Amino acid sequence: MKKYTDTGKKDTRSGFGDGLTELGRSNPNVVALCADLIGSLKMQDFIDENPERFFQVGIAEANMIGMSAGLTIGGKIPFAGTFANFATGRVYDQIRQSVAYSNKNVKICASHSGVTLGEDGATHQILEDIGLMKMLPGMTVINTCDYNQTKAATIAIAEHEGPVYLRFGRPKVANFTAEDQKFEIGKAVQLYEGTDVTIIATGHLVWEAIQAAVQLNDEGISAEVINIHTIKPLDEKAIIDSVKKTGCVVTCEEHNYLGGLGESVARTLSLSHPAPQEFVATQDTFGESGTPEQLMEKYGLNADAIIKAAKKVVKRK
Amino acid sequence: MKMANIEELKDFATQVRRDILRQVHKVNSGHPGGSLGCTEFFTALYKEIMDHNPEFNMDGENEDIFFLSNGHISPVFYSVLARTGYFPVEELSTFRLINSRLQGHPTTHEGLPGIRVASGSLGQGMSVALGAAQAKKLNGDSKLVYTLHGDGELQEGQNWEAIMYAAGNNVDNIISTIDLNGQQIDGSTETVLPLGNLRAKFEAFGWEVMEVEEGNDLQKVIDGLKHAKTLTGKGKPVVILLHTIMGHGVDFMMHTHAWHGKAPNDEQLETALSQNPETLGDY
Repeated sequence: MKKYTDTGKKDTRSGFGDGLTELGRSNPNVVALCADLIGSLKMQDFIDENPERFFQVGIAEANMIGMSAGLTIGGKIPFAGTFANFATGRVYDQIRQSVAYSNKNVKICASHSGVTLGEDGATHQILEDIGLMKMLPGMTVINTCDYNQTKAATIAIAEHEGPVYLRFGRPKVANFTAEDQKFEIGKAVQLYEGTDVTIIATGHLVWEAIQAAVQLNDEGISAEVINIHTIKPLDEKAIIDSVKKTGCVVTCEEHNYLGGLGESVARTLSLSHPAPQEFVATQDTFGESGTPEQLMEKYGLNADAIIKAAKKVVKRK
Repeated sequence: MKMANIEELKDFATQVRRDILRQVHKVNSGHPGGSLGCTEFFTALYKEIMDHNPEFNMDGENEDIFFLSNGHISPVFYSVLARTGYFPVEELSTFRLINSRLQGHPTTHEGLPGIRVASGSLGQGMSVALGAAQAKKLNGDSKLVYTLHGDGELQEGQNWEAIMYAAGNNVDNIISTIDLNGQQIDGSTETVLPLGNLRAKFEAFGWEVMEVEEGNDLQKVIDGLKHAKTLTGKGKPVVILLHTIMGHGVDFMMHTHAWHGKAPNDEQLETALSQNPETLGDY
């Protein structure tokens, strides 16, 4: 079985920050905006190198989204960064009208998504943002799994014409994808081939899915693991092809089971290849304060939860 | 830009009023009141003030650009865009019909030339305009960004985020106009939610404030906008408090909020049109 090595824990938000810095050097049209969270979003290097291309809007996210839409008129590629909660739910109508309906080339870059934001608690831990964003026509939705992938995705979305929601997180997590990877929007990445169950994961749950697959293999269950970094447009072919082979699926995400990756996968399968599915996701609940590890465990978002779900779904075949 | 004769411009405005009335009458929906009240503003802006290109290009580099934030007054916007060459005047007959580019509220979605962002959900236009104004600065483009907002629209909090940003960041290539007609859907702004002293509020936020007391006197609107241009480039955003009369030009629609979002019936249309005789030819 292939071994994925953690090359040293790093936060995905630093992947965003470093990707943005590279873009600052390579693409003169890239501009950045932030709503008083420069440090949290790791944007300081970009700002130091390109002060004239950075817009500090203060604690005013609605204005930030509107300004981002306006900056595209004149050819700029705005990267607007704040916490996922304030980047989506707080400004849904601004994104809907000024960005999505107006088809503006805005990149909404959302850090601190999900429960792994940790101690700040539920006011800041959005678990609904994938749903909110994927429901908007024309919006591309990406949830990256580690530092390297977040950096690659940040660079890749600048080349994509149209609105993008890029979701990443706060904690330091395993960094295991290739440093020199080519990030293809909408292209699933197969991490393990297997025959008994398909595990489809996004974001921080991808590393947990790898751990789960290794343990399941030891117990005689062959798991295919797919990293779905792009939730919309979804790589439906990769999902269907895999489930045709394995006959069942576990979806894994740091998000409510309502509106997330799991529901997108369920729709895909129900249309062309119905199969038993288990959802590793939060169960229509708010989060709470705690360490990321404690919260992942309490809300059933770790390798143990995936193993349990895999064993259950295999029996349902 | 060639200075047009004021009488020609007044004829243009009269024809725009006819267009507004006929658009909303045909589909028995839309917002004639605010549209009629802003007819002189749009006429002045597109016929006299802005250096703009009807060969529409979204980026609008090296031309003045305009954002309508209170998108519900689309009838006046559409009429003026059509009659300044952005799209065929005949297309006004498709206003609010299915498969039309002239949606109830303006949008880029159907590719209508002249529209740079969707508006209708209120309070968003100034933020978008500020982004466009900052892009102009980055591009070394010295042209200006113009906006229009309803007075009731200022009840939306996002405006004040934008107003604070603009002054705090010296966005001095923008001229925002507030259509001060004192009316909104549920009644007068005074009864729905008083706006207070708008001059003092904008000044306190750091804007250059000017007023045009007679916002339906075409010459005074032109003079006001020309003066506003002289105030740009001096470190402060510029706002014009434009005192207008909702429904101006149709006697029974004036001084009331009743025609904010209501279309005239056949008889009312006839009366209204008789007060605004055809000048440039109906579509």
